[in-house]
Amino acid sequence: MEIDFTSSGHIVGIDLGTTNSLVAFMDLTGPRIIPGADGDKLVPSVVSIAQGGEVVVGNPARELLITQPERTVYSVKRLMGRGIEDVAEELKLFPFRIASGSESVIQLQLGDRTFTPPEISALVLRQLKQNAEDYFGVPVDKAVITVPAYFNDAQRQATKDAGRIAGLEVLRLVNEPTAAALAYGLDKRENGIVAVYDLGGGTFDISILKLHDGIFEVLATNGDTHLGGDDIDNLLLRIALEDVASEWGQDLSADSEGVQRLRRAVIQAKERLSFVPAAAIELEYHGKKYEREINRELFDKLITPIVNRTLGPCRDCIKDAGVAVEQIDEVVMVGGSTRIPLVRSAVENLFRSKPHTELNPDEVVALGAAVQAAILSGAVDNKLLLDVTPLSLGIETMGGVVSKLIHRNSTIPASATENFTTGVDGQTNVLIHVVQGERELVKDNRSLARFDLKGIDPVPAGLARIEVRFLIDANGILSVTARDQRTGKEHSVEVKPSYGLTDEQVEKMIQESFEKAEQDFAERQVREQRVEADAILLAVEKARRHDAYFELADDERAAIDKSINELLLVYNSDDHHLIAAKIEQVNQATIKLAENMLKGTQT
Amino acid sequence: MTDYYELFGITRSLSLSLDDLQKRFYELSRQLHPDRFMQKPEAERARALDMSSALNDGYRTLKDPIKRAQYLLSVEGFDIGEQRSKDVPPELLEEVFELNMALEEMRGGDDSARPQLEQAEKNFAGMLAASDQQLIDLFVKYDVSQSREILTQIRNVLNRRKYIFNLVSEVQRTLETSHQQPTTSN
Repeated sequence: MEIDFTSSGHIVGIDLGTTNSLVAFMDLTGPRIIPGADGDKLVPSVVSIAQGGEVVVGNPARELLITQPERTVYSVKRLMGRGIEDVAEELKLFPFRIASGSESVIQLQLGDRTFTPPEISALVLRQLKQNAEDYFGVPVDKAVITVPAYFNDAQRQATKDAGRIAGLEVLRLVNEPTAAALAYGLDKRENGIVAVYDLGGGTFDISILKLHDGIFEVLATNGDTHLGGDDIDNLLLRIALEDVASEWGQDLSADSEGVQRLRRAVIQAKERLSFVPAAAIELEYHGKKYEREINRELFDKLITPIVNRTLGPCRDCIKDAGVAVEQIDEVVMVGGSTRIPLVRSAVENLFRSKPHTELNPDEVVALGAAVQAAILSGAVDNKLLLDVTPLSLGIETMGGVVSKLIHRNSTIPASATENFTTGVDGQTNVLIHVVQGERELVKDNRSLARFDLKGIDPVPAGLARIEVRFLIDANGILSVTARDQRTGKEHSVEVKPSYGLTDEQVEKMIQESFEKAEQDFAERQVREQRVEADAILLAVEKARRHDAYFELADDERAAIDKSINELLLVYNSDDHHLIAAKIEQVNQATIKLAENMLKGTQT
Repeated sequence: MTDYYELFGITRSLSLSLDDLQKRFYELSRQLHPDRFMQKPEAERARALDMSSALNDGYRTLKDPIKRAQYLLSVEGFDIGEQRSKDVPPELLEEVFELNMALEEMRGGDDSARPQLEQAEKNFAGMLAASDQQLIDLFVKYDVSQSREILTQIRNVLNRRKYIFNLVSEVQRTLETSHQQPTTSN
């Protein structure tokens, strides 16, 4: 493999996960994870806004989830690109609140500020960006970010928006199972048919790929963007809450801190159960104690319905890929939830072969993203991903029926062209409603956007001929262009996304986050100057008791008093320059005093 | 509009080697995929997007014999409108009439129509297979003769096939959704 990593700066690969996020890069030795300042490779996807407005991300935020749960967000990926009605049920279990005005984009209320899911994700991305910059010692502004393969257009767009808000140019969105296959293929296998089973914190994907001399061709993909380890946590949490209610005679579910402590206990028990035959959920809270042992048998019984929900998509995927189960050479396991023994045995039963579990299921997606980053930089030129669109794309026709234009599992980029005309004399615009999904009726599919074709010449009905081109790019994101076939001119297309942010909103957020960053920086500088001021005030206070102070002339002592008073006057101002200037004044006024003190110690 | 045959560098024929097609697809993907143009100017990137979407659309069309035939018919100026596929082929009139009666009964909850529908499903599936064989023979004939007369025949078989295909799908759907005793299919 010929590799030149120096040509195009650092493009990082990012796995923006439901539970944890990672940033990785590739060099001559291969892909590697960049750890955070605390040495941890996994950055928990948790964001907390402190009382003073300070943003806390990762492990420290996870601690704040216990002490200030209502100002802390986790698993925000489950809300990306979604409407409020999609997530009403699970929002009940989240400690944070939804703000009003959440019609097309959910608004999360954290203290006195509101954030959309892409803005929260942007804060996680900003932390990863920072980790990479600290590691390299140079700015990093380009990234490949992974998304669940089964993410729809709105969810992908929301992820891209998050990148932009974080100050990252998102060169590519890569599907998580495909990224995993890339890391796996790099490591283990050059040719054959591989299935990737990816069960993470909040999403499930299954992809089947054909590997052929460096080409990674996805044959089919399927999944559920609302299925993962979180569901197991919530299931156990409900049971534990019921137990507590009957044992303590107390409903803990309205107590955010209690719920989060119990949630943590539940997760610890779940994780232990992957390695030991029985584990206890333990909680000590306000002097009361709850303990419940769960053995593997009971755990398996409880989670069977959740694990079974992954099997239908697997069967559909095998069918769509047009392969027999026997033709699949290997099943690669990705995502923390694939550590669960029941998950492994269910996969083994379905695919009739032992799944491949040698790669670290938490890291393999980020490593694959780093490989894709190296492909895009040109450093790796013998590998190529050919991915597919997970959902069919269609338009609404008469009677609310969907006419499919691009079928699911089409290799992307993919396009389709459709001709439209007007139905009324003199009509000058045509509204096109685009949906994603497999169902026959519009109402059963996901509304993507409404495209308004404007500026059509007012001609008799049926005479206009507008050719509309639907293009899904390599990120799985749709764009629409229209051309008048009679005049040959391009039409403007106004997009109204059904879920998600408009371009203007994203621009505004980028601006705000930039201003916020400036404001944060300014605040930090003020704080630093106050620390300096504290130090010098303390030093002068001590010096006043020193013999040298009394040896000074009266006007010299007066000058010192004046400078101290002036510093105290500006101490609480927001202008760090002003504080710095007054500190300097104290410095000047105390030069002789300092010299005398130094002499005093020498004699 | 890109000519898919031209893009793949193959002659306009209906019988194709899928192995050869895949090989060409992979080779061309390595050249045209947007990943290869990330560090290039915007105009080149836009062109790569256009070319690779045409390549993918072309591969999807050419690797499927039915889509391939429909594509060739359309570039040869044949009208393959939906209208025709809705007309009942005359030789099937009687059978389709009886089938529709049985479908109605089944949807009305009368499970006694089940055996008749299952038999019809088998008959029509057999007709589908026969159409496919017919197409394969016609493909070879066309490749040798390049005759429009053959293309007309192919169009007629395609329309008939489409009609039968829709029938089979409908019968299958009705049989599935009208399950009286839910069986454990998984």
